[in-house]
Amino acid sequence: MSVGDYIRNSQIWKSVFRHPAPTDRRNRVVVMLTNFFLHLHPVSIKQQGIALSYTWCMGGITFFLFLVEALTGVLLMFYYRPTLEWAFYDIQALRDVQTLGIMREIHRWGAHAMVITVWLHMYRVFLTGSYKPPREFNWVIGVLLLVLTLLLSFTGYLLPWDQLAIWAITVGSNMARAHPFLGGEGPGFQLLNMGGYDLITNASDAKFMLLGGRFVGEATLNRFYILHCVAIPVVVSGLIAIHFWRVRKDGGISQPL
Amino acid sequence: MNPHPDLTSGVLHGLGWYYLILFVMNLLWTVRSFKVDGEFKKSTPILGGMPVATVWAVLTSILLMLSAAHFTGGSSPEKFMIRLPEWFKNPVDAYFANPVIYFAGSVGLYWAMIRFREWWVQDTVAYTMLQLSLIFMGLSLSDYDFRQIVGKPDNVPIVAMLFIVSFLTWIYFKRAVDNDNRIAQGRPLFEQENNEKVLVWPDLVYIELICMVVLTAVLVFWGIALEAPLEEPASSVKTPNPSKAPWYFLGLQEMLVYFDPWLAGVVLPGIILGGLIAVPYIDFNKGGNGYYSFKERSFAISTFLFGFFPLWIALIVLGTFLRGPNWNFYGIYELWDVHKVVAANNVNLSEFFWNSPLFSWMYGGLPKGDSFMGSPTLTLLLRESPGILLTLGYFALLPPLLGLTVLRKYFVKMGILRFLVFSNLALWMAVLPIKMLLRWAFSLKYIVGIPEWFFNI
Repeated sequence: MSVGDYIRNSQIWKSVFRHPAPTDRRNRVVVMLTNFFLHLHPVSIKQQGIALSYTWCMGGITFFLFLVEALTGVLLMFYYRPTLEWAFYDIQALRDVQTLGIMREIHRWGAHAMVITVWLHMYRVFLTGSYKPPREFNWVIGVLLLVLTLLLSFTGYLLPWDQLAIWAITVGSNMARAHPFLGGEGPGFQLLNMGGYDLITNASDAKFMLLGGRFVGEATLNRFYILHCVAIPVVVSGLIAIHFWRVRKDGGISQPL
Repeated sequence: MNPHPDLTSGVLHGLGWYYLILFVMNLLWTVRSFKVDGEFKKSTPILGGMPVATVWAVLTSILLMLSAAHFTGGSSPEKFMIRLPEWFKNPVDAYFANPVIYFAGSVGLYWAMIRFREWWVQDTVAYTMLQLSLIFMGLSLSDYDFRQIVGKPDNVPIVAMLFIVSFLTWIYFKRAVDNDNRIAQGRPLFEQENNEKVLVWPDLVYIELICMVVLTAVLVFWGIALEAPLEEPASSVKTPNPSKAPWYFLGLQEMLVYFDPWLAGVVLPGIILGGLIAVPYIDFNKGGNGYYSFKERSFAISTFLFGFFPLWIALIVLGTFLRGPNWNFYGIYELWDVHKVVAANNVNLSEFFWNSPLFSWMYGGLPKGDSFMGSPTLTLLLRESPGILLTLGYFALLPPLLGLTVLRKYFVKMGILRFLVFSNLALWMAVLPIKMLLRWAFSLKYIVGIPEWFFNI
């Protein structure tokens, strides 16, 4: 008996994989049903659902990039301190000193790539008419995931705390100031007042809520850090689960039922 | 020494590699052409009927020589001959570098992409366009200012995106043209012909595994080759010029040229997202579900492509590569000079209206203060009434009018609520091009301009 057979017949191996290797048709079916990670997929699938020239693989790539971002992001969180004193210098050290500083490069390029692949995924879904009944609502979830992907990237943009970061966020968050009714320089904010006192000022408007202050400062860094590392990823994970679940329930990625 | 040299030893070396890659690419393509087009069977209309494969062989050898020349010319970059001449660069910057030509060009490209789809989806045509754009980029990289904008680390993904989007659009149109022909001839669709059920293990899980390995390799290689940008430590007193949002929001920042932040930054993005969410509910067409086609849903596809290309991708490229200090438009070979002055003398619609001969004679120019019924508010509203009426008419009167005339077909099929949502979204989509045209044709600033209330349209 070879070593391989010995391992595969051991109690430990069999406790993890409860069936023989998927080399024949029966076991190829069984593996899909018994493996937690694989059970996302059906047992068999229409050829067009997996043809690269049809799917472009963009949804799958986006999900994989999300996992890469989560992994590299957690590694970066071990090192990076989101304070005015340390944020910039921690990133600088990642670039110049740290052995695994390349995690930051992978994290940033992966983030750019993820924004692009989300667009391309939507592009493909539109061009193949895959949002048509019965998949209307999954398209809506997809649009929400698009927004959250952009917000993830936007909140992460601030964290290196360099000139590029704070001015990009300043330009972006100036939009919040102009929010109709809720922004301190938006149309109609004067209408929200009580007994002559404005409810919306530049210390209580949408921009202030986003930044935690009148300008991009330490409170903003903390706020964006929590949004970037905890709040948005949790919501995204939930929506991804629903997105995938509905693909199965709606009968695959495309084509009428 | 020129502080901004067009060519340095490093650049020449890099371009040597660039042309070497192009050489390998074209070598493979020549072999393919020899096999597919045949040795002498297919000939080109140019060059006295030279066989297609020969043309590619000539290009391939030129690229090899170019590569060799760049590798050996590194010792004296000042004297190196192969570079874009000034007589080419200067007119490009002088005559083509303005938003009007840029936007008109992108709309023209969009139109041509759809109109001539059967022509450009052919392999040889598409490959020729790819090579032309790659060679154009290689030549342009010999320019210092072009390198500054294209080579910025954060901009590299955008350049890559342009090629990927073009490639995928080509795949789409190729498949769509094929399927449209199949439908016309009554043959089954490509997607129906190849749609057996297969087992997920191994057919899908192996695709996923290979995909993950390749992507990981790409990311690691990309991370090693290109350092993530890190500028000086943040300083709230040193404002960079230009200050730019992250690249994927630059289409929105570009809209700030034409609209105030409350529209460009809040309302229009909201409409874009609302419109995307509404798509499955207003598209009543049952055709084209689960296969590529153009003719079956030409309206939906054309509208989406218009939103995606001229109004999104093209504006991002504009905002990223062509907008410099003070958000001025700079040519691709132009130095980002902070002191460039662009005359901007824009006028509000109310000024056009009240200062026109008729109304300045009747009313004596722009209504001011509380001259109308003793009320400042009413005077403001009177002053802006032309713009307010136009805007209300645009959003309230046009939809029913369109529904009863040109879009009657849609109105009947969609029902009133769906049609009103659809027509309003379509009108919102047209808002940016309309404002652009008004700005360029009449230097129009605001249609409704009430800065007192932060309410400018």
